[in-house]
Amino acid sequence: MTAYGFMAPAGLLVLLFFFLPVLIVLYLSLTNLASANFTSNLAEMEFIGLRNFQTLLNDQFAKKIFFNTIFYVLSTLALFNVTAALIVSLLTAHINRRAGFIFRALWILPRITTSTVYILIWRRMMAEAPFGIINQVNTALGWPTWNYGSENPWVFVILVNGFIGISFGMIIFTSAIESIPKDLMNASLVDGSSYLQRIRHVTLPLLRWPLLFVVTYQSLSLLTSFEQILLLTDGGPGLYRTEVWALTAFHRALSNYFGNTQWGYGSAFAVVLVIIGVVLAVVYMRVFRFDELVAEPRIEVL
Amino acid sequence: MEVELTNLSKKFGDVVGVEALDLDIRDGEFVAFLGPSGCGKTTTLLMLAGIYRPTTGTIRFGDRIVNQLQPRDRNIGMVFQSYALYPHMTVFGNIAYPLKLKKVPRQEQQRRVEAAAETMGIAHLLDRRPGQLSGGQQQRVALGRALVKEPDILLFDEPLSNLDARLRLTMRGEIRSLQKRLGITAIYVTHDQVEALTMADRIAVMNLGRLQAFATPDDLYERPPTKFIAGFVGNPPMNFLEIEFAQENGAMQLRSESLELGLPPEFAAAAAAADGAVTFGIRPEDISLDDYGPVSGEVFVVEPLGRDDLLDIIVGTEHFLLLADPKRKSRAGDRVRLSFDMTRAHFFDPRSELALSWK
Ligand SMILES: Nc1ncnc2c1ncn2[C@@H]1O[C@H](COP(=O)(O)OP(=O)(O)O)[C@@H](O)[C@H]1O
Ligand SMILES: [Mg+2]
Repeated sequence: MTAYGFMAPAGLLVLLFFFLPVLIVLYLSLTNLASANFTSNLAEMEFIGLRNFQTLLNDQFAKKIFFNTIFYVLSTLALFNVTAALIVSLLTAHINRRAGFIFRALWILPRITTSTVYILIWRRMMAEAPFGIINQVNTALGWPTWNYGSENPWVFVILVNGFIGISFGMIIFTSAIESIPKDLMNASLVDGSSYLQRIRHVTLPLLRWPLLFVVTYQSLSLLTSFEQILLLTDGGPGLYRTEVWALTAFHRALSNYFGNTQWGYGSAFAVVLVIIGVVLAVVYMRVFRFDELVAEPRIEVL
Repeated sequence: MEVELTNLSKKFGDVVGVEALDLDIRDGEFVAFLGPSGCGKTTTLLMLAGIYRPTTGTIRFGDRIVNQLQPRDRNIGMVFQSYALYPHMTVFGNIAYPLKLKKVPRQEQQRRVEAAAETMGIAHLLDRRPGQLSGGQQQRVALGRALVKEPDILLFDEPLSNLDARLRLTMRGEIRSLQKRLGITAIYVTHDQVEALTMADRIAVMNLGRLQAFATPDDLYERPPTKFIAGFVGNPPMNFLEIEFAQENGAMQLRSESLELGLPPEFAAAAAAADGAVTFGIRPEDISLDDYGPVSGEVFVVEPLGRDDLLDIIVGTEHFLLLADPKRKSRAGDRVRLSFDMTRAHFFDPRSELALSWK
């Protein structure tokens, strides 16, 4: 009874802000609700079964958007949220503590800057010549200028999200590295390792759980994040060049270009995302054995 | 391998870790660094290992100055208080790690790891992980790992502190005999004077980052050069008392508020020349209960130690610790008489705390 009592507040929150919205979205996804047929009388909304999902399957752009999403999640995760975060943590752990702290603090800036401001900075950076900052540098150096927005939109989408993503892994990895006993680190050097060998043989193996945690958490959160892309490219240029699934759900349901917001159809996109997220979470829990991670430590028998 | 430290200091900002340390360690010698917590023992050891860079001074191994050498180029083995075993490697992996880094061929690794494990009595544990071992077994693995690369110098940082008393006793003997057999120069950090006294050829006593003395256990015990050492070495600790000297009927006497004691002739001349207060020190075993003794007191606390009773006795306003035969069945409140073996007295300058060598 007490256990349920303790769980009640969290349970209530999950119920209110996760299960209830999911149920509503699920229900909406089975209707044809859209601004085109929306009247003051909600009863006119039609229940159309799985028709929205059928449409989605046949949607010529859904496939492209699906692979866009996979590409976006995997590259941001692999390049920045994990690898770059790890590199930043390892570097800052091996330099002067103060300098390391300042360096890490800088990397948190992208995350704490208001996204509109942050994206404005990037748009200014990547703008066409003669306005864009990068292009001004190119000009000054005598290099050709580029229209980055249309030539390399993915590079910037990934950079923009990656720079935000680094700080999460960086904080987790840094605290994990700091918590490795000093004796262990010293023992490795005395045993004959170089600093690089110590990273490979001692530090990285001991970062196994933080690594798995960051992969899990960040892939799920990348999957559902879209506001930076919305502000940077709005899924363009052209048709769905950098559109990702979560952004599509938003576009369909809330901000259709043609002024016809299809709440029902957009909800279908959202439902697919929820299913993918839940499936991934379960797979991660199985593969990475999170139950072991949170298991009670075995009592040290001396 | 000989080790020579010259004017070695380490500062952490304003905090002094070690200050102006000079030490000569002979080849094959077992030297203990003894001192209370925070006196700079670990700092010194980590400088020897190459983890810390000295602020000033030089470290010489044999005829090489090693200040600039990385830890891996110093050929040292080190054993830590926390064992510091790699939790993700098996016992075999742990012991083989230094060999792997030296690119020793696999077969030879196998042979040497097995030999080291045999020596340490852990050959049956090679497949286990550190988490599955007891503290004693872990410390043996750590020792095996330190020995396997045949180091020139072995460094120990309070290696037995985490073990229970019984195991400590066995390991003490084992480490000592192993070191003698292999003839490796060993530096052993401890805050436990019994360990230092029983294991070391020579003891470097440190306090507040400074070397207080460097001498054999016997010397330290019999002729402590400072009051700090006199009080730190020996258990139960030496009794101290502020006294003055006085002449009475042509004989020298030692006086405090609470007692008067005659002084043996060998001290007389020096005592006569002393002016003002002096610190008098006497070890518990040099005071005895004696029904005809010259000093009377009252038992304050009795602490049974098994073989002896440790008595805290009040004489006037002074407390004295001494050891008594449990058969006397001493009890708090007993009136007793004491005699002091004054030939074993120690005297110290109360200001500089240096021993006054009057004998
Ligand atoms: N890395 C460090 N940074 C700052 N101060 C330190 C560091 N290591 C040791 N000290 C200080 O140096 C002094 C000696 O420490 P240490 O050598 O660890 O003592 P011991 O091993 O004798 O207990 C202590 O005052 C300690 O606080
Ligand atoms: Mg220490």
